[in-house]
Amino acid sequence: MTAQIREPATTAAPDPGEPPRTPKAARHRSTWRKAFKRDWQLYTLAILPLLFFLVFRYAPMLGNVIAFRKFVPGGSIYGETWVGLRYVKLFVNDPNFWEVFGNTMALGALSLVFTFPLPIVLALLLNEVRSRYFKRFVQTVSYLPHFLSIVIVAGMVMQLVSLEGTVNQVVRAFGGDAVSFIQEPGWFRTIYVSSEVWQTVGWGTILYLAALTTIDSQLYEAARIDGANRWRQTWHVTLPGIRPTMITLLILNTGTFMAVGFEKVLLLYNPLTYPTADVVSTYLYRVGLVSNNFSYAAAIGLFESIIGLTLILSANAISRRAVGTSLW
Amino acid sequence: MVTNTPTGIAERPAKPAGTRRTSLDDSRGYRVFRVVNTVVLLCVAAVTLYPLVTIVAQSFSSELYIRTGQVNLVPRGFNLDTYKLVASDPAFWNSYLNTVVYTVTATAISIVLTTTYAYVLSKHRLKGRGLLIGIAVFTMFFNGGLIPNYVLVNGLGLTNTMWAVVLPNAISVFNLLVMKAFFESLPAELEEAAAIDGLSTYGILLRIVLPLSKAVLATMVLFYAVANWNSWFPAFLYLDRSDLFPVTVYLRNMIAGATSATSVGAVESNAVAISANIKAVTMVLTVLPIVVVYPFIQRYFVSGVMLGAVKQ
Repeated sequence: MTAQIREPATTAAPDPGEPPRTPKAARHRSTWRKAFKRDWQLYTLAILPLLFFLVFRYAPMLGNVIAFRKFVPGGSIYGETWVGLRYVKLFVNDPNFWEVFGNTMALGALSLVFTFPLPIVLALLLNEVRSRYFKRFVQTVSYLPHFLSIVIVAGMVMQLVSLEGTVNQVVRAFGGDAVSFIQEPGWFRTIYVSSEVWQTVGWGTILYLAALTTIDSQLYEAARIDGANRWRQTWHVTLPGIRPTMITLLILNTGTFMAVGFEKVLLLYNPLTYPTADVVSTYLYRVGLVSNNFSYAAAIGLFESIIGLTLILSANAISRRAVGTSLW
Repeated sequence: MVTNTPTGIAERPAKPAGTRRTSLDDSRGYRVFRVVNTVVLLCVAAVTLYPLVTIVAQSFSSELYIRTGQVNLVPRGFNLDTYKLVASDPAFWNSYLNTVVYTVTATAISIVLTTTYAYVLSKHRLKGRGLLIGIAVFTMFFNGGLIPNYVLVNGLGLTNTMWAVVLPNAISVFNLLVMKAFFESLPAELEEAAAIDGLSTYGILLRIVLPLSKAVLATMVLFYAVANWNSWFPAFLYLDRSDLFPVTVYLRNMIAGATSATSVGAVESNAVAISANIKAVTMVLTVLPIVVVYPFIQRYFVSGVMLGAVKQ
């Protein structure tokens, strides 16, 4: 298996020119030749998609070298000369960077705290509904936000929290003064997280509802005979039944922790709310594409990607160690 | 027990239910819970729908009522003038047409690439299959990042062309894995028989496999089409010319307060007030295709998500 994977990316065209060094290598080559002879049509089908991955996924990964090189717009996409860790040092010593890093952690953590458990709660509530029609109605409605463009969502959020919007109507009804929520740094996290919940909670129930249907009804029988009431049945049968799903989704959520909704922040923030709203991805967007410091922004982006990869790998390792469930 | 459901919604369908747990052992507490549960779920539905209803109501209202915060669920000062105004803006229709063109092109490319690669990956006998899967899956966990992507698209000379929007996200690895799982579930005997009959791999894919995959293909088309319809950032990033904008970017610029539609509104006396209307109308027209087909496509999406989760 390892040998097979270690074979170079000659899947589409094995190199016949290289002489066999050991008998083992010769055997590999001949099996490759045989595989290619048998399946060459399949390999040709893979060419275009592979080209896509190489050009639009792996070339940008390599493009991250500009984090360590001087980059001139219009020049080579891999930069001109090595500058070592200059840009890394730059952002490590940049107080703005640490502020947006803190904002990212705060937004990510708050989103996780709300968007992870709430779909479970909603799925459990839906699971107790006996009317199929009512259940389907609530599901259909709650999935809807998932299908809306983030631009529409941002537009609706801004409308709702505007000075004459619904939220301020409620504030006035309780005798308060209208607040320009969208310009208040203190309200940004609340706005962000609640709109996140609005968008994701319904769609998030799908996998839980599927997992709930697979729980053996005999377990409920047994629990009932043991005298468990509904609450204890939920606690001892239902929740353990959906635990693998919960862990899988927790891993996935943790892995995307740093990638807080860049597009949504970009649409909802403004210079007044930067103190709480600006996150790593929006900061590097402004540094790189508004101020044209490509290398500096690439260094920040690389740091962000590595943290993301580390997070998902460690979440996966922890869950494998602790509960025996993992993504791979 | 029927008397305990004052909402009237839970009581009617309670009869055919009784699936997992019989109603005989319902304790008093549980019956109370069910009433509360129904109310809570109705609230969830109401809260979800509220912003959408408000936007629709505003799109039919006159600007005075919106400005004074009087339009929530029902249009006030009902009129269709704003729709006429937006419909008379050629920039709006141009961007709408762009969205249609981008969506159709991107979806077609995505389907071809995803289908062929998923089919290759579904063949367990294929040598190097592990590597081919790894190449795709790794990109789910690590990506080049914004700046190198931008530099690349620029370097390829794709800026200010449709291809900058259409190509960089052509394959979604999630969709790829869904299709792969589906192809793996097809009976191998059919393809073996076709191969014995002398059909090439291409022939098998086109004439045997794809006709059997209409449901999953439809799901994939929907996944990609909705994503492309809703997409705005690549277009925002790579397109500078307003005649190339898709409707999402047109709308974004309008919401951000710098756009051509305010110039349409400026014909009237009060541009600021009208723009609230115009925003609402543009939003309604942008989501309209999605909301209209949504009830029909929703279950395809759900089944797609489930299929994608099978591997876990």
